[in-house]
Amino acid sequence: MITFDSVSKRYPDGTVAVDALSLEAPTGEITVLVGPSGCGKTTSLRMINRMIDASEGEILLDGVPVRGIDPPTLRRGIGYVIQQAGLFPHRRIIDNIATVPYLLGWDRKKARATAMELLERVGLDPALAQRYPFQLSGGQQQRVGVARALAADPPVLLMDEPFSAVDPIVRTNLQDELLRLQSELNKTIVFVTHDIDEAIKLGDRVAVLRVGGRLAQVADPKTLLSEPADDFVREFLGQDRGIRRLRFISADGLRLRTDLTVPEGSDGGTSEPWLLVVDADDRPLGWRPGAEPGRLEPFGTYAHRGDTMRAALDAALLSPSGCAVAVDEQGKVVGVATRQALDEALTEAADG
Amino acid sequence: MGDGPPSIWEWIGRNWDTGRADSIRNLLTDHLTMSLVPIVIALLLALPLGLACVRWRWLYQPTSGFMNVVYALPSLPVFMLLISVTGLSQTTVIIPLTFYGMAVLIPAVVDGLGSVPDHVRQSAVAMGFTPLRRLLAVELPIAAPVVLAGMRVVAVSSISLVSVGALIGQGGLGGLFTRAYQNPFMPPVIVGIVLIVLLAVVADGLLVLAQRLLTPWVRARKGQAA
Repeated sequence: MITFDSVSKRYPDGTVAVDALSLEAPTGEITVLVGPSGCGKTTSLRMINRMIDASEGEILLDGVPVRGIDPPTLRRGIGYVIQQAGLFPHRRIIDNIATVPYLLGWDRKKARATAMELLERVGLDPALAQRYPFQLSGGQQQRVGVARALAADPPVLLMDEPFSAVDPIVRTNLQDELLRLQSELNKTIVFVTHDIDEAIKLGDRVAVLRVGGRLAQVADPKTLLSEPADDFVREFLGQDRGIRRLRFISADGLRLRTDLTVPEGSDGGTSEPWLLVVDADDRPLGWRPGAEPGRLEPFGTYAHRGDTMRAALDAALLSPSGCAVAVDEQGKVVGVATRQALDEALTEAADG
Repeated sequence: MGDGPPSIWEWIGRNWDTGRADSIRNLLTDHLTMSLVPIVIALLLALPLGLACVRWRWLYQPTSGFMNVVYALPSLPVFMLLISVTGLSQTTVIIPLTFYGMAVLIPAVVDGLGSVPDHVRQSAVAMGFTPLRRLLAVELPIAAPVVLAGMRVVAVSSISLVSVGALIGQGGLGGLFTRAYQNPFMPPVIVGIVLIVLLAVVADGLLVLAQRLLTPWVRARKGQAA
């Protein structure tokens, strides 16, 4: 666990970058520091590994003040991922990844073997090992940056806007990859970003900082969205808080109807306004309007296991029937969430 | 009476290794010494001075200003001035050439270190490099291409400038030019020019080779851009 105990950073010219910050980053969780530029988020991050020293207060690493640890030693025990990756242009990818093991004096062979494992772990082709950073795309470089930070298996990982310099599609991939890695590794991660959506997606806990380095609110993303502490946080969270909050509510609880599906070719007369036509493998083909049995209208699906209320609502809005189709891993129809079912679930979600 | 002036090849054959101080071979060796020693000393001095200028930024303006003034001094009067201190020795040529070299190499070191991207330096700090190790393993290697480019300029100008020393009797191959004043006989002049240009081309080639061997990643980057 990383503990900030009323930490301040004041510069000689009187600027206050961080003001009496008290915060905990629990072991094995992702804590995101988010806020506008000038809120001291990067300064706070860099005080953990003493790239910047605090003016007042204490930062504790599992109870031990970092102030008492020699900076190079401290830093070798903490992974660090920087914006633009910060790879060494004159070193091959494999040696970039093995940087900290080399610094720790590991045997070269062992360091390189570890680097190769990590290269694959972050989803890169082992053939890239012998390339130089300039020969990689921005997204690939950033993956190497993550691999390098993990090389000596540090318990703590600091990430300073690591994904902000890549395009949105690559960023989404990198975020998903980070969550996948974290589910395997359970590192204590402190992640800095100015992007509230990224904070909400990645954070187990999100700390919102305001300009001048004051903590505005710290909470889990769901609470943050439903109960912003003040106008600043509310404004910073932006539009659609309610919709975005649905992302943290599982769709598992939706009541499904299984009597609305009909096999292809059957013309079962029914009083239902819409029927879902499925093929021989139970995969959805389209919605058939009760009034016009000859037509098929588009449908939207969500994963019955794993998707959120947001995905379910999205699926419902994609079809003129207003119903969402729940499918299993093979794409087979499990059931249909009707407007009523969605309505019930949304009412429940709104209650908290 | 002979059969007229000797051909250039005959002249070279006769003067290549006479055992005298002004044999072509000895002049060539002198020339090499007087041009290479300043390059090496200039590099050894420019590295710490350049580092100091990066560390204490206010040092850079006065240092580069002073070096530029030195660079602007015509070499001949400087040689003359130094004679009173170091006499008619090779040192009299080596000292000014060292300063000229430093005038080019100090800015090259400063610019080279300035070419290290900030995020690279920051990440080296964050990985736990000690300052010395960061300098040796990260900053200087990344600065190397810029410094080596400066070295190429210094090598060629140094090799060419040595010949001015002939006017104080220490010009290496430049000695071949002064003879032509006394006796309008062209072969020594031609041999002098060809050998000096050849030396410069070889030195430059060696530095390009060093650049390729020391900084393969620069080529990789160019290959990428092409």
